[in-house]
Amino acid sequence: MQPQSHRFVEAAREAVNDQRLRKALGNMKAGFQNKRAATIAKLPEFQDLREEGRQLKNHVLANLDAYLERFEAKVEESGGTVHWARTAGEAREAVAAICRAAGARTVTKGKSMVAEEIGLNEHLIAQGFTPIETDLGEYIIQLRGELPSHIIAPAIHLNREDVEETFRAHHTELDPKRQLIEVPDFTNEARLILRRRFQEADVGITGANFLIAETGSTIIVTNEGNGDLTQNLPRVHVVVTSIDKVIPTLEDVSTLLRLLARSATGQEFSAYTTLSTGPKRPGDLDGPDEFHVVLVDNGRSALLGTEAQDVLRCIRCGACMNHCPVYGAIGGHAYGWVVPGPIGAALDPGIIGVEEAHHLPNASTFCGKCAEVCPMKIPLPKIMHYWRVKEFESKVQPARYRRGIGFWAFFARRPRLYRLGARLGMGLLGRLGRRRGRFRSLPLAGAWTRYRDFPAPEGGTFMARYRQSGKSGR
Amino acid sequence: MSAREQILAGIARARGSEADRAAVEERIARHRRNLIPARADLPAAERVALFAHMARENAATVAEVASPADVPAAVRDFLAGHNLPATVKLAPDPAITGIDWSVVPTLETATGRAEDADVTSVTPATAGIAETGTLMLTGGPDSPTTLNFLPDNHIVVLRRDQVLGNYEEAWDVVRARHGEGVLPRTVNMITGPSRTGDIEQTIQLGAHGPRRLHIILVGGGEGA
Repeated sequence: MQPQSHRFVEAAREAVNDQRLRKALGNMKAGFQNKRAATIAKLPEFQDLREEGRQLKNHVLANLDAYLERFEAKVEESGGTVHWARTAGEAREAVAAICRAAGARTVTKGKSMVAEEIGLNEHLIAQGFTPIETDLGEYIIQLRGELPSHIIAPAIHLNREDVEETFRAHHTELDPKRQLIEVPDFTNEARLILRRRFQEADVGITGANFLIAETGSTIIVTNEGNGDLTQNLPRVHVVVTSIDKVIPTLEDVSTLLRLLARSATGQEFSAYTTLSTGPKRPGDLDGPDEFHVVLVDNGRSALLGTEAQDVLRCIRCGACMNHCPVYGAIGGHAYGWVVPGPIGAALDPGIIGVEEAHHLPNASTFCGKCAEVCPMKIPLPKIMHYWRVKEFESKVQPARYRRGIGFWAFFARRPRLYRLGARLGMGLLGRLGRRRGRFRSLPLAGAWTRYRDFPAPEGGTFMARYRQSGKSGR
Repeated sequence: MSAREQILAGIARARGSEADRAAVEERIARHRRNLIPARADLPAAERVALFAHMARENAATVAEVASPADVPAAVRDFLAGHNLPATVKLAPDPAITGIDWSVVPTLETATGRAEDADVTSVTPATAGIAETGTLMLTGGPDSPTTLNFLPDNHIVVLRRDQVLGNYEEAWDVVRARHGEGVLPRTVNMITGPSRTGDIEQTIQLGAHGPRRLHIILVGGGEGA
């Protein structure tokens, strides 16, 4: 799927006016924020664990090549194969080649944001395979032909009525008069349909939350159990993942696991944390004959050594989007790419380019909530600021914006002139607006006054008042 | 240059120096523990109680029996309590097959990996982890992984002395059994039955994996 991030401004406007979307997003506070807060309150060590997670991941990023080589050697030792992919194109072709070699037809998939990022489903379909998403949320959006709108709850933008429409349109083999009202009606229907698919599949594709250098294992963290059925039943298991997921040891991953579920869903621990190491072994009664890991770079290594490097600490919990006022108002689709919200604003320009994603780092009030809840202490506003600078340097904004910023910068660099201008402006606006106390419209401020009045200044500038209160305070 | 070489070279270039390979090897060889929450730092009996409490919090059910000989009756009671057929698929592990199942003649048992028709499985576990009520199951010829996911009901037989405080202690048990740097093909850390929140963020049990997880804790008195 082509990124649509360049449409962000229009898409965001459509999203805030979408009543169904607003209803669906309204569940987030109870569903995510409150549960996270309650669970973290039960773990006094949580803040210390965040700091340990930060240091641990910084150590890995400083030695990333060594850890990746160590991981690769251990995967091969256990009978698996590692494939390296510089780009999205190389990655999806690596997966397609594995499917071809396996003579595959049906391919089941566990939820993988890296697979979404590389456009895997479209490519597999074009190559004649039938990919089937098995995570309930991913299954629903696959039927609807949509991108995920959230990294851990891909269908969070939908209400029951939307899912009912989708299921009735696609599950035509079932009784059209069946009841689809309560939540179990939906989960049972999906379970029934997908059970058949798990059995038919020749290849199972999952992502990975972590890779362990010590043992050559890949880890998936899920609640549904679909990922485990995806990787245990077919003849071939392919793990599609990115180079930033490698972690040194089982002890280190334990630390990150303590942070992940609590930050993501507010659970103490997810229902299923599964470590997979190589293919079926002698004597095993089940498991895949082949185990492949596709390691995707796709722009990540280029972030090392830049001010955006910290974004590679991300463990994809989604806490930043769950707490973001902008995400909460517009949902994930407006961002136009696989990873939305604050982490998307900090990561996507590195993956799909500044020209495509330049709006995203601006979709923030810099309230700082994202950095506050991030279990890996990623300074998200700082990284968004870095991309704003890159945006300005790359000259992707319309000339009008650039002139406006240039105009402001001219004064911002000349504080005396700035204060003089501000004082004159304040005085003028104060006099003009004295009678009503507000303005219905103002030249150059139409974007503001279209939705609300602009209050008339009542006294001096901030600086003037600040100086005054400073004197009286002493 | 191959994709592999190019990615690795790009990483090295960004750093501008060599990776600290000695530090990497040392970190892996020592696998030092990081901060461990104090929550499960408890005497044996309380640790087991915390495990059972946390497992129940995560929607598992827990039954306690005095000895392995009591397990078949506990299985029968669980099945009867949920109106389930008296048929179970057993893991071919001596800890399970070594139990005399004939003491409950109405119970039909088979041994092997799970098939679609299996409604209930009975498996052993490598450890219970009190900190979050998590079970650790390791796959192998004696414990096929499909038993943990395909059947609607999963019964796990766990000895009280297998209940540890935290994940790190469980990794040491696995290392002692399989060696340094080696894991069984699958390690499943299971906390309660399958669930999803994908429909309007309402938690629903039994998404794809087991709808019920029942833990039978074996052994009387203290931890052992």
